[in-house]
Amino acid sequence: MTHQRSENRPGEAVPEGLWNKCPQCGDMLYQPEMEQDLYVCRHCGHHRRLTARERTAITADEGSFIEHDAAMRSSDPLAFPGYAAKLEEDAAATGLHDAFIWGECRIEGRPVAVAVMDFSFRGGSMGAVVGEKFARAAEHAVERKVPFVVFACSGGARMQEGIVSLLQMAKTTTVVGRLKRERIPFVMVYTDPLTAGVFASFASVADIAIAEQKALVGFAGPRVIEKAFNIKLPPGSHTAEFQYEHGMVDSVVPRRQLRPLLGRILRLLSPAPKEDVQ
Amino acid sequence: MSRWLQFDRQLREVDEDIGKLERLLAAPSISEERRTQVRRQMADMRRRQAQITREVFSRLNAWDNVLLARHADRPYTLDYVKAVFDDLIELHGDRRFGDDPAIVAGLASLEGRTVAVIGHQKGRDVKERQFRNFGSARPEGYRKAGRVMRLAEKLQCPVISFVDTPAAESRPEAEERGIANAIAESMLLMSELQTPIVAIIIGEGGSGGAIGIGVADHIMMLEHAIYSVIPPESCAVILEAFGRDPKRGPEAAEALRLSAARTKELGAVDEVIPEPLGGAQRDPAAAAQHVKAALLSALDRLREVPTEELVAARYRKYRDIGHFVEG
Repeated sequence: MTHQRSENRPGEAVPEGLWNKCPQCGDMLYQPEMEQDLYVCRHCGHHRRLTARERTAITADEGSFIEHDAAMRSSDPLAFPGYAAKLEEDAAATGLHDAFIWGECRIEGRPVAVAVMDFSFRGGSMGAVVGEKFARAAEHAVERKVPFVVFACSGGARMQEGIVSLLQMAKTTTVVGRLKRERIPFVMVYTDPLTAGVFASFASVADIAIAEQKALVGFAGPRVIEKAFNIKLPPGSHTAEFQYEHGMVDSVVPRRQLRPLLGRILRLLSPAPKEDVQ
Repeated sequence: MSRWLQFDRQLREVDEDIGKLERLLAAPSISEERRTQVRRQMADMRRRQAQITREVFSRLNAWDNVLLARHADRPYTLDYVKAVFDDLIELHGDRRFGDDPAIVAGLASLEGRTVAVIGHQKGRDVKERQFRNFGSARPEGYRKAGRVMRLAEKLQCPVISFVDTPAAESRPEAEERGIANAIAESMLLMSELQTPIVAIIIGEGGSGGAIGIGVADHIMMLEHAIYSVIPPESCAVILEAFGRDPKRGPEAAEALRLSAARTKELGAVDEVIPEPLGGAQRDPAAAAQHVKAALLSALDRLREVPTEELVAARYRKYRDIGHFVEG
């Protein structure tokens, strides 16, 4: 089930593109400062959603990211009404061919296979391309014997690929089993928002799961729940902090601390690359 | 109202008329001449009913299919279990929090061999429906199923999974106890389980709740069951393509290709089990016999495969699910 929100899209710029309004406190943020601040509002701490490219830029050691399978795209297996046009629209808006990029890079000196989902492409939903790229990224980690790090944000399985999307839950989870057998560390990072079919598949069976603070994380989106069951959820329900409180996440950190934390985790999970050994 | 639902009502009216004639036959006072007449009348009615049913069923659309899959008289997991297996020892509880009546699990006997059975369970009347949570499983249900699957692995007996759920439970209580984790762990377990697994989608194969116990070596689907990533009504509400209009669920049903035949074309199931004329609810005993025959033949085949090969083939089956363009 896909749950889509359009707030927070990058590039909601006011004239000259140098000033951006914080969607939470309304303060004006100066673009060069925003980049320095990793797109976190310096007034209220709001974490703006990142595109997959922005995420790799702030996560990978400079110049180390090499993307694979960038051109892979959906075959529209159901010939679903309106889907081909939506794919083109999203491709034009994001420069991506689907909601998932993967490649190899170093994070704080440690080589990893890395994957990043992009919410601005079909709400980060998982169809056949996301499933296949996940599998290939995991296989790369197996071949190179490096940890696999995945940043997930997703509205769930992609409706327009129907049952094929549902199968991706089983496909990606099955591949996580191989990581286990091959003793490849698998680290998940939950980013805003992460729900439904992706949360209920590979994202929930990682060795270590960390979340960016205040990210929406839940099986169903909170507004869907409120409507479906006619209930009012307490504030903070279905957030990273809520999941931490209920034992579903190992650590919740602000964006600024994410990379250092990943660095520490990777140092414990994988031996130092040969050239770094004294 | 769908054409099919209207038709279903007519069918039941004819059933009632036939029933009346049957009671007439049973009366001791009836003359031999009248008895012959009534018999002929009944045979005619049955013939005509079958003919109309065949006509209507040759023209079922996707929405008819959805309503048929959700039909209140359709056999549920325990109905099949009673008809197909000789014995069932139901096992209760996930040993962590509680017992979820929306998933039944246990050990059963099939033609003298022990098998593990898991399955979603819907309720027949209002009270049982509530008790079974309409077949929407909570984390405890998936964890109980997992416990019984591990037992099957230990005993080296096959797992048979009956899938029939509108969706997994998503209320805050389920969220707090990790419904997403429970589904994912269950799929992971099934992908690696060192014993054969057969899954049968008997009614509603509703998204993550369904695939949570739907990973298998051989996946079968009843002819009029549905398997879908989202309920068509919800799909219509979310997508612009259907004007975000819940009334356009029938169009979404068509687009989602959720029928057994379409699902098989897309590679999500391996075999479609035919249902008796008019659907499984018209003749549950016959439906159960079809299920039993398909199950026995699948298990016979899977038993021949060495475990290591079986699990490797299961891995390839899921790893190689395709439908993308290299670019």
